Amino acid sequence: MDLRYSEAEEAFRSGLRAWLAGAVPSLPPKPPANDWPARRAYDTGWQGMLHQAGYAGIDWPVEGGGLGASPVEQLIYVEELERAHAPYVGVNFVGLLHAGPTIAVEGTAGQRARFLPPILRGEEVWCQGFSEPDAGSDLASLRCRAVRDGDDYVLSGSKIWTSHAEVADYCEILVRTGPEDSRHRGITWLMMPMDLPGIEIRPLRTMAGSTEFAELFLDGVRVPVGNRVGEENDGWRVTMVTLSFERGTAFVGELLQSMELLRSLRDVVVAVGGSGAPGLLGRIGHLGAELDAQWAVTRRNVSQAARTGVPGIGGSVFKLAFSELRQRLAQLGLEVCGRAGLVWDELAGGPWSAAEGGPGNGELVDTWVNGFSRTIAAGTSQIQRNIVAERILGLPKG
Amino acid sequence: MDFERSEDQVALAEGVARLCAGRFPLESVRVAEGRPTVADGKGWAELGEAGVFALRVSDADGGLGLGLAEAAVVFEELGRALVPGPLVASSLAAGLVPGAADGSVMVGAVRRPAGPGPILIEDLGAVDVLIVVDDGAGELRLVERGAVTGAPLQRSLDPLTPMWRVEALPEGDLVGGEEDQTRWGRDGNVLTGALGVGLALATMEMTVAYARTREQFGRAIGSFQAVKHLCADMLVRAESARAAVEAAAVTVDQPGVGDPVRAAAGAALLGCEAAQANARSCIQVHGGMGFTWEVPAHLYLMRAQVLAGSLPSPADLAAVVADRY
Ligand SMILES: Cc1cc2nc3c(=O)[nH]c(=O)nc-3n(C[C@H](O)[C@H](O)[C@H](O)COP(=O)(O)OP(=O)(O)OC[C@H]3O[C@@H](n4cnc5c(N)ncnc54)[C@H](O)[C@@H]3O)c2cc1C
Repeated sequence: MDLRYSEAEEAFRSGLRAWLAGAVPSLPPKPPANDWPARRAYDTGWQGMLHQAGYAGIDWPVEGGGLGASPVEQLIYVEELERAHAPYVGVNFVGLLHAGPTIAVEGTAGQRARFLPPILRGEEVWCQGFSEPDAGSDLASLRCRAVRDGDDYVLSGSKIWTSHAEVADYCEILVRTGPEDSRHRGITWLMMPMDLPGIEIRPLRTMAGSTEFAELFLDGVRVPVGNRVGEENDGWRVTMVTLSFERGTAFVGELLQSMELLRSLRDVVVAVGGSGAPGLLGRIGHLGAELDAQWAVTRRNVSQAARTGVPGIGGSVFKLAFSELRQRLAQLGLEVCGRAGLVWDELAGGPWSAAEGGPGNGELVDTWVNGFSRTIAAGTSQIQRNIVAERILGLPKG
Repeated sequence: MDFERSEDQVALAEGVARLCAGRFPLESVRVAEGRPTVADGKGWAELGEAGVFALRVSDADGGLGLGLAEAAVVFEELGRALVPGPLVASSLAAGLVPGAADGSVMVGAVRRPAGPGPILIEDLGAVDVLIVVDDGAGELRLVERGAVTGAPLQRSLDPLTPMWRVEALPEGDLVGGEEDQTRWGRDGNVLTGALGVGLALATMEMTVAYARTREQFGRAIGSFQAVKHLCADMLVRAESARAAVEAAAVTVDQPGVGDPVRAAAGAALLGCEAAQANARSCIQVHGGMGFTWEVPAHLYLMRAQVLAGSLPSPADLAAVVADRY
C-alpha cells in the first residue's frame, strides 16, 4: 500500500497545475444557473480550451482520440481541476463520460471519426435517453419502440429525466427492437440527432427550480441504421461497456469540494462559538472522518482499476456511502446558517455569508436541495443495496 | 500511488489468519469465558514468535522492520479471530519494554485517570507489566505487575476480556516522554481501529452465511430486502472503515501524504463504530439465536465495547478530526 505519487505522476500534476493557473482566471464569468444556452456555451468553451492545451479526453481510450491516461492520472486530473476551481464536464457529462467512451470502443471506424472529435473539441453535446416513465430502476423493461424501415429505424415512445436535453445535439438512446417482453435481449443502442422531426422536448422543473432535465416524446422519428452502435438487440451489452470505463473517479470533484465545504463550516462554527458549538463540531469531526474514509475508498478504487481495469466492489461502496454523506453534510450546513437557510438569495450578515468568506447561505441551500438527487440518479440507494447484497455478498435474489 | 495490498501484505494477512485458525479457534478460546484470566503466556509467546508484536521493530533490534500498514493488516486478522489479550499495548510497547517484542513479556496498558473514580484495567491477571499512559503529563510510565494491587470484577461485559479493579496506580518508571505518548495515542488509534475492522468483517461474514441458509416463509431470509439491506450496510461500513484504517496506517508510515493524527483519530472512530454497528445487525439477523449465549454474536459486540472503552470518547476523537480538518 503506497500513497505516494511517482515522479511521472507528479510531473503530470505540476504541468496540469501550471496550465490551470493561467487558464482558469481567463474564463468568462459563470452564467446564471438556469440559463442553459449560456451554460452550454460556457462548458463547451472550457472543453475547447482543454482540447487546445492537449488535455481533452484524458481518460478516453487512445482509439477514440483520447490520451488513454492511467486511472491514477485520471484521479490527479480531477483532483487538480477541483483544486483550481475549474469547471468539470458540465452539460456534456454524457458525451464525455458515457456516450463518447462507448463509441470509442463499440463504434465503427467511421462512427468514431464522425462523432468523437466534436465531443473532444467542445462542439457537440450529448444527452442520455435511457429512463422512461415506466422504466426507471427496472431499465430493462423499457418500451420505446424502434421499427426497421429501409435504412432507418422509426422511433415512437417517450423518455424522461433526460438531463440537458434542451441543449443537446445528440442523444444516446436505448430502444426496444425485440419483442415486448424480451427485456435485456431486445434492446438496441442508437445515436439520435436531437433536431430530427418528430422529437418534442418538454422541460421538467427540478425541485431546485431548474429546467435541468426534460421529457422526450418521439413520434415516428427516423434514425438512420448507420447510427446504431453494436448489433441490433445487443444494446444492453453496449451499455454495460460504458460502465467498465468507470474507474471510481466520477465524483472525486464533489468529494473534494465536500471536504472544503466542511472546513469552511468548521471555521464558521468556531467563529460563532456559543453553547451549540461543541455538538456541531462533534458532527463536523465525524463527517470529516467519513469524508476521509471515502477519499481512502476512492484511492483504493483507482488503484484496483489500475491493476484490473475495474474498480471492483468499491464503486458501489462509494456511491452508497458518499451520496448519503453528502446529504448529511448539507443538512449540517443549513443548520449552521440558521434562518438564512430559508432563502436562496445570498445574504450578508453572518460568518456563514459568502461576503465574509463563508460558504454562503444560498450555496448551502443549493447543495442541500440538489443533494436529494444523489440517492436517486444513476441507481437509487435501494437498488445499490440490492446490487451489493446480491452481486457482492451473494445473497439470493428476492 | 497504489493503495492495494502488496503481495507480501496479502501473504502476511493469510499467514496470521492461518495462525489464528490453528492456535486460537473460537471453540477453544471460549473455554476460558468468564475467568479472571483469559489470555495465556503460551499463546502470547506463539504470537510473539510469529512476529505479531515485533513487526515494527527494526531489523537491527531483532524485529521485522515493517510499517504500521503491515501491523494494521495483521491486527485486522487478530480482530476477526477475536484473539483475546492486550494486543495493542503489547505491540506498542515493543521496543520500549524488553521482552514485549517476542511475546515473552505480556504488556497491558491503562490511562491514568484525570479525576476520581474506579480504575479498571483489562487482562490484569495475565499481564507481566503495565504501561500507564499519562495524557496530562505527556508521559509513559512502566509499572511492574507485582506493584499493583487489584482484584478481578465478578462479571465483565466481554467474557473474554476480564476487567480488574485497582485502587491506586503507582508512580512507575518513566519509559517515554511526550513524543512517545503522542505516538502511543496515534498508533494505538490505528491498531484499535484495525481490530474493529476485523470484528466488523467477521460479523458481516457470519451474518451473510446465516442469511443464505436460514429459511422462513419457504425461502432464505437473505432474499428479503429488509435483511439484504442490513447486510449491504454492513459491507459499506466495514469496507469504508477498512480503507480509513489502512490509509491512516500508510499516512503514519509515509510522511507527507497527509495528517497522520487526524487520519488515526478518524480510523479509530470509524473502526469501532463499524464493529459496534455490524455486531448489532449480526444479532438482529440471527433472530432468537442472536440473543443466545451460544451464538458468538454477542462476543463481537462486547469486544467492540472493550475497544471503544480503550480509546478516547467518540466525541473527543471527532474533536481531533474537526480541529485538524
Ligand atoms: C437529477 C437526475 C438526473 C437524471 N438524469 C438522467 C438522464 O440524463 N438520463 C436518464 O436516462 N435518466 C436520468 N435520470 C433518471 C434516473 O436514472 C432514475 O430516476 C432512477 O433510475 C430511478 O428511476 P425512477 O425515477 O423511475 O424511480 P423508480 O424506479 O420508480 O423508484 C421509486 C422508488 O422505488 C424504489 N425501488 C424501485 N425498485 C426497487 C427495488 N427492486 N427494490 C427496492 N426499492 C425499489 C426506488 O429506490 C425508489 O425509492 C436522472 C434522475 C435524476 C434525479
